[in-house]
Amino acid sequence: MYQYTDFDRQFVKTRAAQYRDQLTRHLNGLLSDDAFRPLRLQNGWYVQRYAPMLRVAVPYGELNSAQLRVLARIAREYDTPTPELLAHAHQTSQSKLKTNLGHFTTRQNVQFNWIPLDKSADVMDLLASVNLHGIQTSGNCIRNITSDERAGIAVDEEVDPRPYAEVMRQWSTLHPEFAFLPRKFKIAITGSREDRAAIEWHDVGLRARKNDRGEVGFQVYVGGGMGRTPTVATEIRAFVPWNEILNYIEAIVRVYNAWGRRDNLYKSRIKILVKAEGQRYFDEVEAEYQRILADGAHHTIPQAELDRIAACFVAPARQACSNSDAEARIGRILKAAAQDDVEFARWIEQNVAAHQNPQLRAVTLSFKRLGHAPGDATADQLDAAAELADKYSAGEARVTHSQNLLLPWVTCDQLPELWRDARRLGLAKPNIGLLTDMIACPGGDYCALANARSLPIAHAITERFQDLDELFDLGEIDLHISGCINSCGHHHSGHIGVLGVDKDGQEWYQVTLGGSDGSDLSGPTRAGKVVGPSFAAAEVVEVVEAVLDLYKTERHAGEAFIDTLQRLGPDPFKTVANQARHVTRQPQAASDQALPV
Amino acid sequence: MTSPTIELLSAEQDHAQPHTLVLDNSADAQTASLEAVTCVKLHFPKFTDGRAYSQAFVLRRRGFQGDIRATGDVLVDQLLQMQRSGFTSAVLRADQDASLAAQLLTQFDGFYQGDTRQRNPHFQAA
Repeated sequence: MYQYTDFDRQFVKTRAAQYRDQLTRHLNGLLSDDAFRPLRLQNGWYVQRYAPMLRVAVPYGELNSAQLRVLARIAREYDTPTPELLAHAHQTSQSKLKTNLGHFTTRQNVQFNWIPLDKSADVMDLLASVNLHGIQTSGNCIRNITSDERAGIAVDEEVDPRPYAEVMRQWSTLHPEFAFLPRKFKIAITGSREDRAAIEWHDVGLRARKNDRGEVGFQVYVGGGMGRTPTVATEIRAFVPWNEILNYIEAIVRVYNAWGRRDNLYKSRIKILVKAEGQRYFDEVEAEYQRILADGAHHTIPQAELDRIAACFVAPARQACSNSDAEARIGRILKAAAQDDVEFARWIEQNVAAHQNPQLRAVTLSFKRLGHAPGDATADQLDAAAELADKYSAGEARVTHSQNLLLPWVTCDQLPELWRDARRLGLAKPNIGLLTDMIACPGGDYCALANARSLPIAHAITERFQDLDELFDLGEIDLHISGCINSCGHHHSGHIGVLGVDKDGQEWYQVTLGGSDGSDLSGPTRAGKVVGPSFAAAEVVEVVEAVLDLYKTERHAGEAFIDTLQRLGPDPFKTVANQARHVTRQPQAASDQALPV
Repeated sequence: MTSPTIELLSAEQDHAQPHTLVLDNSADAQTASLEAVTCVKLHFPKFTDGRAYSQAFVLRRRGFQGDIRATGDVLVDQLLQMQRSGFTSAVLRADQDASLAAQLLTQFDGFYQGDTRQRNPHFQAA
C-alpha cells in the first residue's frame, strides 16, 4: 500500500483542521447553509433523510487494518442518532432502521448514516489519525479514484494501475481550478485485460497498457455515466504515455469546465458534452493538451516519482507454502464433515480467486447475507475484518465494486483456517458473483434523493434465493438495485436491474434486462433495456423468478444467464416478466433526480 | 507557505479603469485580446460556477501580468482557490468577513498540484 509521507499526513490533518473551522463558523451562524454546503460536501458530508451521511474516501479501495479499526470505532461510537431522532425516524420510516454500521459502496468508499453534524469535525480528526478523510467524495469536483479490486494481483494484469491511481489522487486533491465543475467527475482505472472497474461507465476511464515497444501508457475513455441518460464512454485516445497522463486529464477537465452545461442539472455531466460536441470536443482537448505541453508540461510525472510511489506497492513478503501442502490440508478439511465438504468447496469456487503469485489467493469476504443490507458491516465485523486482514493478508483489505471486502494476500495453505474464521463471523457465504451478491444503494430508507426503498427489495430477493443448490445452478448473475435514477446501485449495468420510481407518493420498480459493466461475463458495456411499466414492490421477486425460470428452461448446457438473454433477445424474457404482474394494471412512469442536499 | 497576495476591494474601490477588460464567463480566455489591458475582470454568477478559475489560469498561462479581479458572488472561503488560479484582486460579496482572509489563505503549507503561483507540482519540488 502507499506509505504516507510527512507531507501527505500533514495535508490530511490540515484538511481536517480546515473543516473544523468551517463547521464551527457554520454552527455559530457565521457561515450560511448555502456557503457551507459545497465545503461539507467536498469533505464527504451530505444531509440525508434523518441525519448527515459521511462518505469516507478509500483511494482505489485499499485499506489497512488500522484504518479498518478506526472505521469500526466510528461505527461503534459515532454512528448513533440521539434517542429522539431514532424515535422520530422509526415513526416515519416504513422499515426498521439500523445504526452503528459502515457501508461499502460501489465506488469502493465507506459510508455512515447517523453521525451528528456537531461531531463531524471530531470524526475527521479521528480519520486523519490513520490518513483517512472524505476529500472530494461528493461535490462537483474530481471524485475519489476507483480501480480494479485485484489491482497488482490479477493474473490477467498487464500494468499495475495503483501507482498511477495514487499519482492521480494526489494531483486531483484540492485542485484549485476544478473544485466547481459543472457536475461530479469520476475516474476509474484498470491495468488488466478484463475490466473489473466498469471504466466505460465513468466520466474518464483509463486502461493502463503496454504498446508494441513495451512502453506503458493509457487508453483513455471519456463521457461515460449512468443517471437518467446512461451513456457508455468513447475512446478519446488509444495511447497517452504514462508520464503525460496528468497533463492529458487536465486538458479533458479544463475544456469540460469551460464548455460543460450549467443551465440544466440533467445535462451537466461530461457525457452530455461529449454527445453534443463529439469530435469538436475531442479536437479542443487535443489543442489544449498541446498548449499544456508547449507551456512546459508541468505535471509530467518524473520517473523518480513513479519509482518512489511504485516502491510502496511491492508485494508484501508472505510465508512460502507449497501447493501440494495446501491441497493435502484442504483434503483433510474436506473430509471433516459432509456439510462442510460442500460449503468449503463452494467457497473455494466462488469466493477465492487466482493470484499473480501462484502460492497466494485473493479471498472475498461476503457482505451479502440475509438480515443485513448489501455491503453493510457492523462495528464488530469491521474489527473482525481487520483481524482477518492481519492474520491472513499482510494487514490489507480492499473494498470491492460489488460491496464486499477482498483479502489480497492469502497464502493458499491458510485457506481452510480463513474459511473457518470467516464462517464463524458470517462472512463466508459462498455467493460471490451469484444472484444474491447483488449491488444495492441505501435507497429510501436513508437517502433523501431516493424515490423508493432498495433494501426491502434486496432483502426479499435474498430471502427467496437462500438455497445454495439453486443459487449455484443459476450461476453468475449481476443483479443491481437503485432507489432512484441517480443510479448509485448501478441498475443500468445489471443483467437484471431494478430502479425505484415514485408515482403519487407510492414506491414502484422498473426492471431492466441485459445491462453490462464491461466484465468478461457481461460482455461489452451497455445499459439494460426496460421490461415494461413499473412493478409493485410485491411483484419484483416474482418477476426475477419468472425471468430465471425461462432461463433455466431455455439455456444451453453451461450457458450463463446473460448469454441466454443475449442469444434469445429480451422479448421472451419481457413477456414472462409482464405475466408475473398481479398488482399492477396501469403503466407507471416518471422518476426524478435531484441534487445532493 | 505562500504569502497571501490577493487584494480585497470594497465595491466602492472597484471603480472602472480605462484599461479594464470585462471577460464574460463564456468568452474564450485563450483568444481574448489583451492588448493594452491592465486589468481583467472575471465574474462569478454563483460561487459554485467555476468557469472563471479556468479563465484566470489560461490568462496567466498566456503571460498576462496585469490584475485579474474576481467579481460577483465572491466568498471568503474561495479566495485561496482564486489566488492559486491567478486572481490578484477580489471584490467580496457584501456580507463576507474580510478579516478571515489572511487566516484562510495560509492554512496549508503546500499543495500537490502546481498552480499559477507555484508552477511545479509538489513532486517536482521534492
